Amino acid sequence: MSADPTQVLAFETDCHIFDGCGFPAPGLHSFLFEPLWGDADSNLYFNKPMLLALLGSIVIVGFFWAAFRKPKVVPGKLQMVAETGYDFIRRGIVHETIGKREGEKYVPLVVSLFFFVWMMNLWSIIPVAQFPVTAIIAYPAVLAAIVYIVWVSLTFKRHGFVGAFKNFTGYDKSLGAVAYLAAAIELFSNLLVRPFTHAVRLFANMFAGHTLLLLFTLASWYLLNGIGFAYAGVSFLMTIVMTAFELFVQALQAYVFVLLTCTYIQGALAEHH
Amino acid sequence: MNPLVQLAAEEAENPLIPPIPELVIGLIAFLIVFGFLAKKLLPNINKVLEERREAIEGGIEKADAAQTEAQSVLEQYKAQLAEARHEAARMRQEAQEQGAVILQEMRAEGQRQRDEIVAAGHAQIEADRKAAAAALRQDVGKLATDLAGKLVGESLEDHARQSGTVDRFLDELEAKAEAVR
Repeated sequence: MSADPTQVLAFETDCHIFDGCGFPAPGLHSFLFEPLWGDADSNLYFNKPMLLALLGSIVIVGFFWAAFRKPKVVPGKLQMVAETGYDFIRRGIVHETIGKREGEKYVPLVVSLFFFVWMMNLWSIIPVAQFPVTAIIAYPAVLAAIVYIVWVSLTFKRHGFVGAFKNFTGYDKSLGAVAYLAAAIELFSNLLVRPFTHAVRLFANMFAGHTLLLLFTLASWYLLNGIGFAYAGVSFLMTIVMTAFELFVQALQAYVFVLLTCTYIQGALAEHH
Repeated sequence: MNPLVQLAAEEAENPLIPPIPELVIGLIAFLIVFGFLAKKLLPNINKVLEERREAIEGGIEKADAAQTEAQSVLEQYKAQLAEARHEAARMRQEAQEQGAVILQEMRAEGQRQRDEIVAAGHAQIEADRKAAAAALRQDVGKLATDLAGKLVGESLEDHARQSGTVDRFLDELEAKAEAVR
């Protein structure tokens, strides 16, 4: 990202096409926030994504608190909605992948992960907030790290030291000499690449989604001049379409994130073969 | 210069390198959610879901039990009813038999009493007849002797008494009557 001094954010200027100013394209700078409090250089600051992350936590806890604080055998509307979500994760994902007996233990983690990720993604299209917290690598990275710690420690606990490495490498004697090569690749893939892709998959999706939304939103504003009005209309329409699409992607990415989590845990529990 | 522009110019960093403060806040935010859900809210709802499952299954079990009981009670009632009918029939039969026996006994008793009365009557009549016959015989004898005495003019009384003439005569009369009869 080049630091072009002429580049300004569209919202803060009256810059339009044919006015002799360039398109303020969204870029990496769109994902950087001036601290609301503190100093960006001191590592002691508080910015908008942080605020949204904490607010999101409060929203999730508040929702489930209202729904499950005093749950009834015959549920009310709110409890019914929350139960549907809970049941979807618990039975639709955890029991399906890990199994009912082994999986029950991981239900709270997976449910928390799903709703946390989903909420962080949802901020993207909530007015005023309008920023997916997960589009900042730190948040997916933390979640992926937690999952990584869980499944790696679980592998050691379940299979012992040697067994765990057999599990990581997928070591298979019948492969002969190739087994060592395969083992090396598997080890690399499982222990190093897996947590990275787990985090980046979510991050990149939300990053790209937000960039797209920004692009069309900024363009709608920037094109408002002369013949550009027609293009601006198209761009605005695209903004709405992309918003709907993002709504879908947000839920999907949350789903994919926890599905992978379950797959990793299931792999850790599985016997080496 | 606009501060945002400045910021953009200064920090064109690799977006894949996570800043420490955000990692910390991310961790805290997630732990808040996980803590509440794992420690309180999900156990809450699990308990209720379990209760609901039990309530539903328990309801079905209860209904089954009630049905089984109703069935057994029905059978019991039916059995009792059949037994009662049987008993009633038996009692009716018995009563009939007893009635017949009583009737027969009464009949026999009546017959016996009738026979007794008749026999007593016969005996009485016989005795009366005998007494009457005896009295009659005496009277007839006396009258006849009296009459004969008057006719003959002498007293036959003593003679007749001594000879039994009258009795003989009367016996002859009786024999004649027997023969006629």
